Amino acid sequence: MNYGTWKKESQRTFWARALLELGRERKDIVVLSADLSTSVKTSVFAKEFPERHFNVGIAEQNMMSIAAGLAASGKTVFASTFAAFGTGRVYDQIRQSIAYPELNVKIVTTHAGITVGGDGATHQIVEDIALMRALPNMTVVVPADAPETYLAIKAVADYVGPVYLRMGRADVPTIASVQDDFELGKATVLRDGDDVTLIGTGVMVSRCLVAADELTKEGIDARVLNMSTIKPLDRDALIKAARETGAVVTAEEHSVTVGMGAAVAMDLAENAHVPMKRVGIPDVFGESGDSDELMEKYGLTAENIIEATHDVMRRKGGAL
Amino acid sequence: MPKHSQELIARLEDEALKIRRHLIRMIYQAGSGHPGGSLSATDVIAALYFHVLNVDPKNPSWEDRDRFVLSKGHACPAWYAALAERGFFPIEELDTLRKIGSRLQGHPDMRKTPGVEASTGSEGQGLSVGIGIALAAMLDRRSHRVYVMVGDGENDCGQTWEAAMAASFYKLDNLCAIVDRNLMQLDGPTKHIMSLEPLADKWKAFGWKVLEIDGHNFKEILKAFDKAESVKGKPTVIIARTLKGKGVSFMEGAVGFHGKAPNEEEYEQAMIELGGEP
Repeated sequence: MNYGTWKKESQRTFWARALLELGRERKDIVVLSADLSTSVKTSVFAKEFPERHFNVGIAEQNMMSIAAGLAASGKTVFASTFAAFGTGRVYDQIRQSIAYPELNVKIVTTHAGITVGGDGATHQIVEDIALMRALPNMTVVVPADAPETYLAIKAVADYVGPVYLRMGRADVPTIASVQDDFELGKATVLRDGDDVTLIGTGVMVSRCLVAADELTKEGIDARVLNMSTIKPLDRDALIKAARETGAVVTAEEHSVTVGMGAAVAMDLAENAHVPMKRVGIPDVFGESGDSDELMEKYGLTAENIIEATHDVMRRKGGAL
Repeated sequence: MPKHSQELIARLEDEALKIRRHLIRMIYQAGSGHPGGSLSATDVIAALYFHVLNVDPKNPSWEDRDRFVLSKGHACPAWYAALAERGFFPIEELDTLRKIGSRLQGHPDMRKTPGVEASTGSEGQGLSVGIGIALAAMLDRRSHRVYVMVGDGENDCGQTWEAAMAASFYKLDNLCAIVDRNLMQLDGPTKHIMSLEPLADKWKAFGWKVLEIDGHNFKEILKAFDKAESVKGKPTVIIARTLKGKGVSFMEGAVGFHGKAPNEEEYEQAMIELGGEP
């Protein structure tokens, strides 16, 4: 099973484009980098607006607190680095300097998850969503593809308050159905269905759609939800889908113990008792390898989603 | 004729004494807090709020105000007392320190307290926040100044030096740091915990104009702030040699009063020494 003719595009390129446009439209946009501006593509903004871009060097702690100071003075700040260095390395700076005073800082990271590939476990952070989700006042966004990344960046720029937005390094399949609209805090139904709900976030949304197509052949009609805002979770959409389909599978390129699936599980436990299963990275560190090989090894394929669907369908007492 | 009159000095000394009395009472009533580092920081804070800073208590978010960031957030009782005496909020409110529902949190909260410019408490972040504020001023071509007080122990923090490097790289002459060099940190004398000397040379090496003063001598404090304002092309750090617990004999230089409230007897003794009513 593969993604056939799906076009693959770079989230980083779309983020860079959105940021550049924001820079042209709004004088209050200031961008911070930490010696990775060419990798995270803030270099595109820096080239046109050198006076509004500060590269602080390999000093992420300094970057986050500087971002706080700029935001306290009315700037809309985008601080960007790799996900591993933009969350775990600076958790306390984000917590005290940004989230606690609810400052208008957007932490936009790339190279999240195991699709980083060859760099290995040190760079493949699989717990960043958990860290950011734990913080009061923080909004957490994981766009599904490149066009949605563009829309999400525009939306978080309009929102006043701290945001964590994560993307991967690798190009990701573009999903036609998510291109039109993006509303912060809203899950979107990409495919209707009544038998089971597949909830994906980030790169796993495309896998959910592929799995749903395959499941049709078995007579299983799967609904697919794109949960691109993980905090605040779109509880209404989640509960509605759980009640209408009676079974839920979540899929994320993140530790399965503490990510989107865990958030969904908690909500379902309290609000809608339906069989559910989480697809994601087990409670382990990653390793070097090719992105697709790693996705397969760590259980992040459409096949894994199909297997999980079979499991919840069995428990639901459905067709299988 | 000296620029700073005897009258001004006497007034600042009087304000500092008021701040010291407030903070001892506040910490005593709260039953917890950090008297030692609050007392060492008091004179510099008094000089800032009653002479140096261009602020408007009636309009705390006035865009052109000078900013003060207390990176050593645990010394906030001194800051709160100065803000109240300056008119940012009622003096009676000082007695709510650390109590439930209070605007005066155990460590500074910029969302709750009028006049508080940054939320601090986890050490080592305030200078970076000050850089952000100074950069914003530079971008907006505003002429206000940014002052950041750094605790002696914060010289241990890597982030302090990340910030020190960046501030001189960005040529932030609108930024002035004050090191409250009371020679102590929670666990004991800085020279035993993590030796900082030669501290002035370190800051110089990081590209700062360095001024070393007696942080309890108002003439020296005011002169240093004047000098800092005249320095162009680089930030200035004032290393203010201070005494932890300054003004209360049994707290002076005492490690035990870093983070401990006085008991009733100690409170009464302290207030008498500070010329107040227990």
